[in-house]
Amino acid sequence: MLSKEEVVKLSKLARIALTDAEVEKFQKELSAVLDYVEELKQVDVEGLEEVSQVTGLVNVQRDDVAVAAENHEEILSQAPEIKDGYYKVKAIL
Amino acid sequence: MFEFLQLTELRKLLDEKKVSSLELTKYFLARIKEHQDLNAFITVTEERALADARRADEFINSPGENPFLCGIPYAAKDLFCSKGIRTTAASKILDNYIAPYDATSIAKIKAQKGVLLGKTNLDQFAHGSSGETSAYGPTKNVWDKSRMPGGSSSGSASAVAGGLAPWATATETGGSIRQPASLSGISGWKPTYGRVSRFGVIAMASSLDSIGAMAYSVEDLAKIAEVISGRDEKDSTTGHGEVPEYSKRLSADIKGLKVGIPKEYFVEGMEDGVKQRVMEAIKELEKLGAKLVDVELPNTKFGSLVYAIVCPSEVASNLMRYDGIRYGHVATDTKNLLEVYEKSRASGFGNEAKRRILTGTYVLSAGYKDAYYKKAQKVRRLIINEFAEVFKQVDILACPSTPNVAHKLGKAAENPLHGYIADQLNIPGSLAGLPALSVPCGFARPDDGESPSMDGLPVGLQIIGPQWGEQKVFDVGYAYQQTTDWHKKHPSI
Repeated sequence: MLSKEEVVKLSKLARIALTDAEVEKFQKELSAVLDYVEELKQVDVEGLEEVSQVTGLVNVQRDDVAVAAENHEEILSQAPEIKDGYYKVKAIL
Repeated sequence: MFEFLQLTELRKLLDEKKVSSLELTKYFLARIKEHQDLNAFITVTEERALADARRADEFINSPGENPFLCGIPYAAKDLFCSKGIRTTAASKILDNYIAPYDATSIAKIKAQKGVLLGKTNLDQFAHGSSGETSAYGPTKNVWDKSRMPGGSSSGSASAVAGGLAPWATATETGGSIRQPASLSGISGWKPTYGRVSRFGVIAMASSLDSIGAMAYSVEDLAKIAEVISGRDEKDSTTGHGEVPEYSKRLSADIKGLKVGIPKEYFVEGMEDGVKQRVMEAIKELEKLGAKLVDVELPNTKFGSLVYAIVCPSEVASNLMRYDGIRYGHVATDTKNLLEVYEKSRASGFGNEAKRRILTGTYVLSAGYKDAYYKKAQKVRRLIINEFAEVFKQVDILACPSTPNVAHKLGKAAENPLHGYIADQLNIPGSLAGLPALSVPCGFARPDDGESPSMDGLPVGLQIIGPQWGEQKVFDVGYAYQQTTDWHKKHPSI
């Protein structure tokens, strides 16, 4: 089973604060998922290339032309806090 | 009166001015109100719908042809961004989010003057296979309200199956269209990955997410496919060729077509009734002249395992954007930026989202990435290759959509692996990006207790095609629906 410390470390990496009860629950639930996928380790994949996408398309790009977005205000209106047209965030420290 | 009519029938009624879009829209809005207990909708957009219907009527009353979806009401899974309308992904982290733009698919439907009735319930961020991870409560199955409709497109499935909307948009990452369509007794189309733009559909697992639809017939789905498919500059995976006129080319003549029956899809523990109905459906295809071929897909069993790694990995990455800064829920009582992130995400995400994010973070973290993520992506190659080999022998595959009929609500919460098991017959095709349908093929009694109807609960036939092989998939589904009427069976609600 995953240790308490491992789950706490994951929660820091994932930026999700967990309660002690959640840490304990996810220790069990994550371990169940890892046990479930364990069988994959036995599969022989010698010489096989990883799949990162299935379309077969390569380097699809649009023309490098700037397009004006007309909905700045609508977009900004969704932010919890803005100031002078900028997102306002808390101090880092 | 208008519930359960196919889109082709509604189109005719509208074109012949036997009904107006406004009448239809009012009718379906009334049905939505009447059946609130299904909890199929998160948001109903009544006022907009009525205004859109009036505009559609003006267009219909002016000279010229009407686009196929013009004036026809529909529902959108609440994962599709719709400009000016609340879009929640069934998560509290987006509870107050008003999308500032339309998803490409929504814009295409809007351009045809389709009328949006509202946004349907789903598993939170589409994480789930029962509808029960929604922050807005579970949706109920229209055939038995004590059971799940399937998920993640739970609300879209119940809305269409219950006659609250004549069709609905849906999305699938591992089975979220086929599985609920099957459990709810309607037709569902999961496109080839890249056929329909993902732009503006809230991302779950980007290498798997597919945008499709649910309706009453394959013909309707083929028509919808023509509208929403195609290249989109805003989704670089959509650059594949022109979109065929699926509905015009639809052919019920499947004589000589080679239909593969993969034995691995008749899994141990599957319900007898489901197996019987699917075998009967396959026999029906044989009667129509199709040639049945037994095929083997031995790596099918690894599909759900690969998915259990790939999906949470991509989820962890995609859900990092919910930071409480630019939109969505933000926690109060925070001292610094890090606390804003940690507390907003802690109070905004539901349990399933947290589990997937943490799982993905683990399998992608230093020291584990090769053993889990890279390994899974190699096994995925094995699955893709295996399908490609089989499609050299056969034209399409026919098999069950799910191993069972709808389970009781509450069953999913008991097991963190529920979804991976529920979707095991859909996931391999998703990993390979293949197109597929689920079409109703009868009813079977559940193994876990009674159902209100003596006949039991809906069973779905799954039809899987080769990459970009939508036409073949539609043809087989269409042929089947020309000789059977399972798709015309509806619950008495």
